[in-house]
Amino acid sequence: MPWIDACSTDDIEAEEVIRFDHDGRSFAIYRGPADDFFCTDGLCTHEEVHLADGLVMEYSIECPKHASMFDYRTGEVETPPACEDLNTYPTKVENGRVMIEI
Amino acid sequence: MAGIVIIGAGECGVRAAFTLRDKGFSQSITLIGAEAALPYERPPLSKGQTDELKPIRAEAAYDDAAIDLRLNTDAQSVDVGEKTVHLSDGSVLDYGKLLIATGARARLFPGMDGCLTLRTHEDAQRIVAGCGSGKRIGVIGGGFIGLELAATARRAGSAVTVIEAAPELMARAVPSEIARYVQSRHEDEGVALRTGVKVASANAETITLDGGETLSFDVVVAGVGALPDTDLAEAAGLDVDNGIVVDGSFRTSASDVFAAGDCCNFPWRGGRVRLESWRAAQDQGEHAACAMLGEAGDYAKVPWFWSDQFDLSLQVAGLFDPRRETVRRDLDGDAFLLFQRDVDGRLEAAAGVGLGNTVAKHIRLAEKLIEREATIEPADLADPGVDLKRLLKAAQS
Repeated sequence: MPWIDACSTDDIEAEEVIRFDHDGRSFAIYRGPADDFFCTDGLCTHEEVHLADGLVMEYSIECPKHASMFDYRTGEVETPPACEDLNTYPTKVENGRVMIEI
Repeated sequence: MAGIVIIGAGECGVRAAFTLRDKGFSQSITLIGAEAALPYERPPLSKGQTDELKPIRAEAAYDDAAIDLRLNTDAQSVDVGEKTVHLSDGSVLDYGKLLIATGARARLFPGMDGCLTLRTHEDAQRIVAGCGSGKRIGVIGGGFIGLELAATARRAGSAVTVIEAAPELMARAVPSEIARYVQSRHEDEGVALRTGVKVASANAETITLDGGETLSFDVVVAGVGALPDTDLAEAAGLDVDNGIVVDGSFRTSASDVFAAGDCCNFPWRGGRVRLESWRAAQDQGEHAACAMLGEAGDYAKVPWFWSDQFDLSLQVAGLFDPRRETVRRDLDGDAFLLFQRDVDGRLEAAAGVGLGNTVAKHIRLAEKLIEREATIEPADLADPGVDLKRLLKAAQS
């Protein structure tokens, strides 16, 4: 799987998320409270809603539409209505850039 | 001991059933649904998404959780003394605990015979089938359902007229500023809105206004509110007053009988409310399930609603008091939020409207602040530079 240069670390505030589109796919990139970075699919598994509009609290992302919650480190559903986990992707930081392996 | 019987397989009943299993309840769970379809989500119906039903849970999930799902079945009576439920297929179920989650049904006023209403997938298909290009659609009621249907029909190329008796749209649910914003959007899209106009009578193809004017349509839809489905509870002798009366744990007046979701009237912040809300139905189903297992205190979740109309989304957390002032915060684009504080300065309600999901996370933060009864200065509420998350963390610490 290729590593993709997604954004600068400065593009995301702590406990925030941004949307990153690549090659026809949408991803969500998160900066956790400990300045750690994570990447999941960009769309909620319940309905196709962009998670980047949702609220990040600690290590949870909440869908902006129907309030499904996921742990964005593992992709696991924490609260329905979503029933399916999110896919997650490895990340690393190099020279101030957030790289994701997709 | 007999297991748990749940009457009503909507969001509330389904959530309750799965919560019971998640919490380790090992006895029988029977979930009774009147409709033939696998329990499905209703919000897409008013938004024109009617081709495919969206199941709340996959069919296999019921088997995996050993939930005995009985569809196309009516609960005909409940005997709270014998602790039995009589079903339309002639069978009789014993229960250890019973949850009534019968929801609400669309209301029609006298003199509106023949108007379509929206509650089920079948209703939605009938409405959408009539909403093609060039069709004339009359909508009675400018609430969430009426306006979402109006937007859907307009998008399908229909000529749409909405008749609302109150001077403003959505008057019961959102502050005036948001109602006016949504109204102008509908007008820009070419929806004919007639507010402050009462309907004298209506049928499948005409609406006659109070002044005597008669309007002709291809389809007439009424979205004039819903009534809680309490027949079963009343016949069983439970206390009913604008919904099945329950305590903070969703217990009814009969022992071992609970009620939750749209059909119940529950205590909240010193008053009593009945909600018609997708998320409250789920939250209350979960809470009632825990209460049936003896694991829950009083329900304290903040009411939350949303509506999608054209490319706008509006969200509301808490309940607005129309007599009190609101504080406005402008966001990017022309999206904005409105906040209301109670007499002691605690955040009590928040609403927002904007394109797509722009207001979502702000309203979610406001909801958490309302839940915590946080006191916030109006200047902080109005200032887009004051991060609501920071206020929440301050309130939590």
